[in-house]
Amino acid sequence: MTLDATTLPVIFAALMGLSILLYVILDGFDLGVGLLFPFATPEERDRMIASIGPFWDANETWLVLAIGILLVAFPAAHGAILTALYLPVAVMLIGLILRGVAFEFRAKAPLAHKRSWDAAFFAGSLMTSAAQGFMLGMYVMGLEWTLFHAAFGLLTAGALTVAYSFIGAAWVIYKTDSALQIKAVSWARGGIWGMTLGLGAVSLATPFVSQRLFERWFSFPEVMLLAPLPLLSVAILVLLWKSLRHLPTKGDHFAWFPLAGATALMVLGFFGMAYSFYPFIVPEQLTIYEAASSPESLTIILIGTLFVLPMILGYTILSYTVFRGKATNLSYD
Amino acid sequence: MDAFLLSRIQFAANISFHILFPTITIALGWVLLFFRYRFARTGLQKWIDAYMFWVKVFALSFALGVVSGITMSFQFGTNWPGFMEAVGNVAGPLLAYEIMTAFFLEAVFLGIMLFGARKVPAWLHILATFLVAFGTTMSAFWILVLNSWMHTPQGYELRDGVVHATDWFAIIFNPSLPYRLSHMLLASGLTVAFLIAGIAAFRRLIGDRGEAVSTQLRFGLILGAVLIPLQILMGDLHGLNTLEHQPAKVAAMEGNWETGPNVPLLLFAIPDEAARMNHAEIAIPNGASLILKHSADGVVPGLNDFVAEDGTPLHPPVAPVFWSFRVMVGTGMAMLALSWLGAGLIWRRGADALPRPFLMATTAMAFSGWVATLAGWYVTEIGRQPWLVTGVLTTEAAVGDVAAPMVMGTLMAYLAVYLFLMIAYIGVIFYLARRAAEGKSPTREDPRRDTPIAVPAE
Repeated sequence: MTLDATTLPVIFAALMGLSILLYVILDGFDLGVGLLFPFATPEERDRMIASIGPFWDANETWLVLAIGILLVAFPAAHGAILTALYLPVAVMLIGLILRGVAFEFRAKAPLAHKRSWDAAFFAGSLMTSAAQGFMLGMYVMGLEWTLFHAAFGLLTAGALTVAYSFIGAAWVIYKTDSALQIKAVSWARGGIWGMTLGLGAVSLATPFVSQRLFERWFSFPEVMLLAPLPLLSVAILVLLWKSLRHLPTKGDHFAWFPLAGATALMVLGFFGMAYSFYPFIVPEQLTIYEAASSPESLTIILIGTLFVLPMILGYTILSYTVFRGKATNLSYD
Repeated sequence: MDAFLLSRIQFAANISFHILFPTITIALGWVLLFFRYRFARTGLQKWIDAYMFWVKVFALSFALGVVSGITMSFQFGTNWPGFMEAVGNVAGPLLAYEIMTAFFLEAVFLGIMLFGARKVPAWLHILATFLVAFGTTMSAFWILVLNSWMHTPQGYELRDGVVHATDWFAIIFNPSLPYRLSHMLLASGLTVAFLIAGIAAFRRLIGDRGEAVSTQLRFGLILGAVLIPLQILMGDLHGLNTLEHQPAKVAAMEGNWETGPNVPLLLFAIPDEAARMNHAEIAIPNGASLILKHSADGVVPGLNDFVAEDGTPLHPPVAPVFWSFRVMVGTGMAMLALSWLGAGLIWRRGADALPRPFLMATTAMAFSGWVATLAGWYVTEIGRQPWLVTGVLTTEAAVGDVAAPMVMGTLMAYLAVYLFLMIAYIGVIFYLARRAAEGKSPTREDPRRDTPIAVPAE
């Protein structure tokens, strides 16, 4: 394989896809923890925060990498996508700011302000999740602002928010025990209905609102080859639903299952999206080949990436290993 | 106001807010490593007290830096798509290396540094602290490479109006990088030195007689006293480098309109761009010629050399550059006076017996590093105008096609959030200082201390 104008854009699209997928899974569960804040008592909130404390910063960095790859590998698409999504991007950024700082301030500000910072943490998580969902919907719709597209965007905003809170609940099931774990199971039981409805509505609506996507999915033989995607998703949903009826178990067996199941669903959904849009990076307008930077610049970045990405993955695993097991209260010393 | 001006104000607001926090974390990371190392060596409580106090400020500053930094990476696309379209082939790899070699390193090891003290062996905790400090410095390196290249671009060729890299070594080690990087790293060190001294002085003023406070006062003031002369020297070298590569910027800094010898150093003046002259000048004769050319009759470039045939100025707006420069230098002089006085007082009577007026002045100077750093960045960034990348891309050519009211709306939202966070940030630092002075642990999260932090055996 030679590194040229045909292979490099594909490699970088794959790298960007990997970053987005890792971001959605990793920041998904800590955004979800924020979304569940209103349902938790102040003591439970401290424990939930403790479960994501060592990770959230690095989790958000995958978003920086994804947007960074978009910026550096597909500069034309970066401008086109972000100017079209100007408002939801601003909402998401302010949400991310509120969330990130509330995380630190709530533990350091005077006790009387803690409730307000908790509210800011929830509001920031909600703004971020909803804005990301809305952008996903607008992207599916080809980034054109019409009333109908915005309505679809609101649907995906709701769906992604519910999905994040489900994976957040699954994380809490995995990382905590006793009363909070039982509570998280009940959150997940509520969330799974919302997620099933949301995922189902978006998956069904998407091919019908776009003629091109309909043809991509429902022509023969593609429909046969693609069938495993929705079938697997349904199977995972059923298993999740069954597992939630039996959790928590004695000896804490299968506490990892909801998190694994939710992650698998996100992976499947991601590949569905990737199939729908390839080779376009700006839907219907710009392909990854047209939007890519010069091959020389991409090669320089790729060399660095091949060295650095395994290291990043390595020390990310180290961090999750150091902080493995049930979350205890956080302390700097 | 049009979308162009609003976008500039928005970018200025975002990047000004952002740079405050890296300015603290770059140097504070190394200071924490020093505190942690001293504790490991001596086992003295005062070092771990200092570490525990400042690591909280570090975590807070880091979070603010990360979230405002994420905002920056989106702003390129939302407001300035022309930047990446024109120079993406150079800017892209530099930003990618920043994210990959620095951003992840700091973000991942921050978790172990903050919360891992009891979960990992001492060597790994010290290593994590080192990697976080190293990561923030690498981050500064790559960002300053890109910024310096925008001031003094080389190692590229233009094909159809798009920049293509030809020599990466020349791009990375462009002429202004060594000066800008050193100047910024020293600025970060000074900001942290005065912050530590200022907060320790505040604790002493409200009655904290603890040994940790004396140690931090001594540490901050002596670090400041050592770094400030180096910074003044580096600033001078940076200025000479700018004179060579961006003479119009130096002309604006000096408020000098006509090229010629024996140019005075203006201590005060009101530059008037319409009349192309200064009002109310207070000057030191031959001062600018002496500083810039090291001789009284040295020729200093004037702004009138940078005007197009039709009268359009090709130099930066004069007043903001002129004034920012004076604010930066003035703050630097105040730092010099305070830290040397402090070092003298410590020499004569020790850090336990510093007089109250001196402690009050030190508290007032706690955030002086921010003032000088921002003013310095305004000099260099406004001084590059009308160019975004000198000689390659004008700022106006890079702006995106976004409706002005939308930029205005988001600008107001950002400003409101930033103002609120700034108040909260400074408020929390003083709150933590007050708690520490009262002898209470600054956070409520601390559990019973069941396992002591490992001190390696001697």
